[in-house]
Amino acid sequence: MDKTLHDLATAVAGIEDGMTVMIGGFGGSGAPIELIHALIDRYRETGHPKNLTVVNNNAGNGHVGLAALIEAGMVSKLICSFPRSADPVVFTELYLAGKIELELVPQGTLAERIRAGGAGIPAFYTPTSYGTDLAQGKPVAEFEGRSYVQERWLKADYTLVKAHLGDRLGNLTYRMAARNFGPLMCMAAANTIVQVSRLVEPGGIDPEAVVTPGIFVQGVVEVPNPTQEEDLNRAKAVYPEVSQ
Amino acid sequence: MTTKLTPTQMAWRAAQDITDGAYVNLGIGFPEMVARFQPPGREAIFHTENGILGFGEAPAAGEEDWDLINAGKKAVTLKPGTAFFHHADSFAMVRGGHLDVAILGAYEVAETGDLANWSTGPRGVPAVGGAMDLVHGAKRVAVITDHVTKDGRPKLVQRCSLPLTGVGCVTRIYSSLAVIDIEDGRFVLREKLPTMSVEDLQSLTGAELLTQGPVADLIVPEL
Repeated sequence: MDKTLHDLATAVAGIEDGMTVMIGGFGGSGAPIELIHALIDRYRETGHPKNLTVVNNNAGNGHVGLAALIEAGMVSKLICSFPRSADPVVFTELYLAGKIELELVPQGTLAERIRAGGAGIPAFYTPTSYGTDLAQGKPVAEFEGRSYVQERWLKADYTLVKAHLGDRLGNLTYRMAARNFGPLMCMAAANTIVQVSRLVEPGGIDPEAVVTPGIFVQGVVEVPNPTQEEDLNRAKAVYPEVSQ
Repeated sequence: MTTKLTPTQMAWRAAQDITDGAYVNLGIGFPEMVARFQPPGREAIFHTENGILGFGEAPAAGEEDWDLINAGKKAVTLKPGTAFFHHADSFAMVRGGHLDVAILGAYEVAETGDLANWSTGPRGVPAVGGAMDLVHGAKRVAVITDHVTKDGRPKLVQRCSLPLTGVGCVTRIYSSLAVIDIEDGRFVLREKLPTMSVEDLQSLTGAELLTQGPVADLIVPEL
């Protein structure tokens, strides 16, 4: 078994028009910038993929990574909890112009919906959002005297995630708080593609330290020294005109 | 003479109620300052929704590691005993009743304990983040807020007019003028600035303030 992919273009080649794509990261931490940029490169060359539904906590920042994907016109719908950031100009303009759809989900509900998708649980009840605008139209039930809102699983065709160490079997570790949605999104997609900072031999990750077991991963591509969205934005970078 | 507490002073007052050993989540903005005023001899562990327990202070400029940030996307540091975890575990800590205290900001708080702190209405881009999760599950949900809006209208009201974050969730308010508990759907005044009368405070509050026994003086150091 060898899930290693040898370049970024191959890694994103299977993503088609209209697919749902989960993208890891909380703000810039954990954002798979190189995989996202490879997807933008493909769109610029072929016109595909487009009309994507993207699942992420945020809506991108500046003009790189997820913001650049949105700016390129590849995203028709965003499912996220917090589409604001220090510099959310790309999403904000498209949203206010009615050119991109938004499904706003409380952050913990977003995480649990993704986890449920990966775990084969079609729906669950949560106290979050009960009595608020975000619970409108959703079934409510009472358990032990408290009211809970029914939420449904969230699944994807593809997940793009950044991890730290990976092996050819797909076992992964993450770096500090860059873990965030990664382990959940890896579970919830038919195809999970991971960029790792270092590819190691099987056994190179202590089994006690594996965070995502390889069963949840379909492809691993090595990207040494990945860029941080925050560094790109501080340099006022714009993709595809990033100087690297 | 103190006419109202600054946000820093409100944070100081809220910090005095955090007990030794408490697990605490601090909302983005003013509530983050609570961590700076832990009373000596007490160790609280701070939780951030993006997946860290027990993080340390902000690093010096230029020393940031952007894989090590808090929910406000500001850089933090490691401390001995820091733990990382994914988002589903993080919100299990929140909703599962494992946090002792969450301290949040507010646009409005109702005497019923309803909180509005995520949306000022239908204009612009809506964003909720973890606000709706945090109001459920923490054993105590407290709010730090100016007592009135910038144009002088009460933020402590009978019923919230803005979109709700949660229903019946707030238990204590640290305002710029007073400390108020919410008990059985009523505001109960616990402390007030010594320069104010209860009547003065009532005139700035949008619902009835009950007093049960003596009201203590709200005394906070210059910070």
